Amino acid sequence: MKELVILSGKGGTGKTSLTAAFAGLAPSLMLCDADVDAADLHLIMSPDIQQTHDFVGGNEAVINQDLCTGCGTCKELCRFDAVSESDEKFVVDALNCEGCGVCVDLCPENAIDFPQKTCGQWFVSATRFGPMVHARLGIAEENSGRLVTLVREQARKRAREQHIELILTDGPPGIGCPVIASMGQASAVLIVTEPTVSGIHDMKRVGELAAHFKIPAMVCINKYDLNLDQTRSIEKIAKEKNIALVGQIPFDPAFTQAMIQCKTLVENDETSRASQAVRDIWHAVMASPAMKIERLM
Amino acid sequence: MIISIASGKGGTGKTTVAANLAASLDQAVTVLDCDVEEPNLHLFLHPKIHTRENVVAPIPRVDMEKCTLCKRCMEICRFNAIAVAGKTVVTFPELCHSCGGCSAICPEGAVTEMERVLGIVETGTGPVPDMGFAQGLLDVGQVMVPPVIRKVKSHIDTQGITLIDAPPGTSCPVIAAMKDTDFVILVTEPTPFGLNDLKLAVETVRMMDIPHGLIINRAGMGDDAVYAYAKEQHLPVLLEIPFDRKIAEAYSRGDLIISRSNDLKEKFQTLYHDICRLVDAQRCAP
Repeated sequence: MKELVILSGKGGTGKTSLTAAFAGLAPSLMLCDADVDAADLHLIMSPDIQQTHDFVGGNEAVINQDLCTGCGTCKELCRFDAVSESDEKFVVDALNCEGCGVCVDLCPENAIDFPQKTCGQWFVSATRFGPMVHARLGIAEENSGRLVTLVREQARKRAREQHIELILTDGPPGIGCPVIASMGQASAVLIVTEPTVSGIHDMKRVGELAAHFKIPAMVCINKYDLNLDQTRSIEKIAKEKNIALVGQIPFDPAFTQAMIQCKTLVENDETSRASQAVRDIWHAVMASPAMKIERLM
Repeated sequence: MIISIASGKGGTGKTTVAANLAASLDQAVTVLDCDVEEPNLHLFLHPKIHTRENVVAPIPRVDMEKCTLCKRCMEICRFNAIAVAGKTVVTFPELCHSCGGCSAICPEGAVTEMERVLGIVETGTGPVPDMGFAQGLLDVGQVMVPPVIRKVKSHIDTQGITLIDAPPGTSCPVIAAMKDTDFVILVTEPTPFGLNDLKLAVETVRMMDIPHGLIINRAGMGDDAVYAYAKEQHLPVLLEIPFDRKIAEAYSRGDLIISRSNDLKEKFQTLYHDICRLVDAQRCAP
């Protein structure tokens, strides 16, 4: 089994549009949306949700006012400024609570409860291209990395059961905890960048992250003709960093048109230049050495 | 006045708005880049960096001479960052949330703390004399984003105007960036992805109870659904930036888009005054 993870560093470079288009080109695959913070893949995939599960992401400290003697130990110990005192009452601000349980364990009166928190939901769905595992992290919740790990584990488990050889994962932006959770043990990552100062800066950082975790990386350039000088810089950087450049896609309003129609780029117009470019990239990715090697999963 | 600039979806134009609004104001302003995973503001403002400071967080260090292998540290740790393995104690700094539980609970005083570097915060001055600048840069491979953001926010100018460029998403990094700000500008684009993520962002700012308004970037590129949503939810549309290849090209080079038209500069100035009015109006509302 193999897994390709689509990343970018910078948001809005076309990760999800490209993931969707690839899905329509693969003969058989499992889709996984690992952007649990702001998931969009479902807007193109129109998934038929078959299972819904709660994601229990952690615990939250709640002070039991009947037992609290107001000693203030919790406030002293809390490193996250989550405990405040007003009108001689100590309360925990849920937004700040890290769920570390230090106040819970060290309260001399055992006055702090530590209920589990449902931080979101995850789903198993059917789509026109194959099964899909996706999720929705609750608003302002933590533990997005754990939810990413969970959806990827579930995608893997189900792919194994159904003898599906390829998992295609739409990753989150950035380089922090959800991104790290989205790339561990992947066969390869494909970085979607754009020829802008931000696109290049962020591609370098996510490329360094992939190198740090020893995951083979490839890069493709979206809207390459927006700025040809910057496109040449990307080509140069990719070469220096040993990241294979697998193709470039022209600036094309078809990306937005397809999105509005809830279709993939290729479904929307398979003859467009962008569709042709996406097809070429897909073949180049699948022919890459990283995607030829079976990884133990 | 502290204004944060956020969006659920990435790549909608947060940094464009932050940089151009900062450069349009005729008064002193401090700009903070709190997208510490991928900070981009510096690419548009070219600040002179004057100071550079590590952001550190404590992690446990165990003195095995004092340790009795009682496992209390392992039991209190909810992040599996410390474990008793045979006759020794192993720590996993990358999993540690720096809560201090292990050192607080150790009955032998065997667990003390040492510093781990999460990233850096740089401060400087912007391209115009009255512009203060600070940005955070998470070290590649680190996951503890909120402490770096909080350190950047220690440079808020409490007397003047501060603009905060927030990261995308709706989880802890965004919350850390938007917390305790007076107004949130939500930047979106008129596409299905833009709208879907905008709805999440609106839920987030409503939960945090911060006054907010919209900027629609790349206006004309997609459909009208975002306008219908704004109307239905009574969200003020503060500014529209047209979908224009010239603007996209200026952005690609790292140019400010206000350098392309005086009209846009005036619109950004008006934007600031509109926000001031909204904040006051909402503060005065019964």
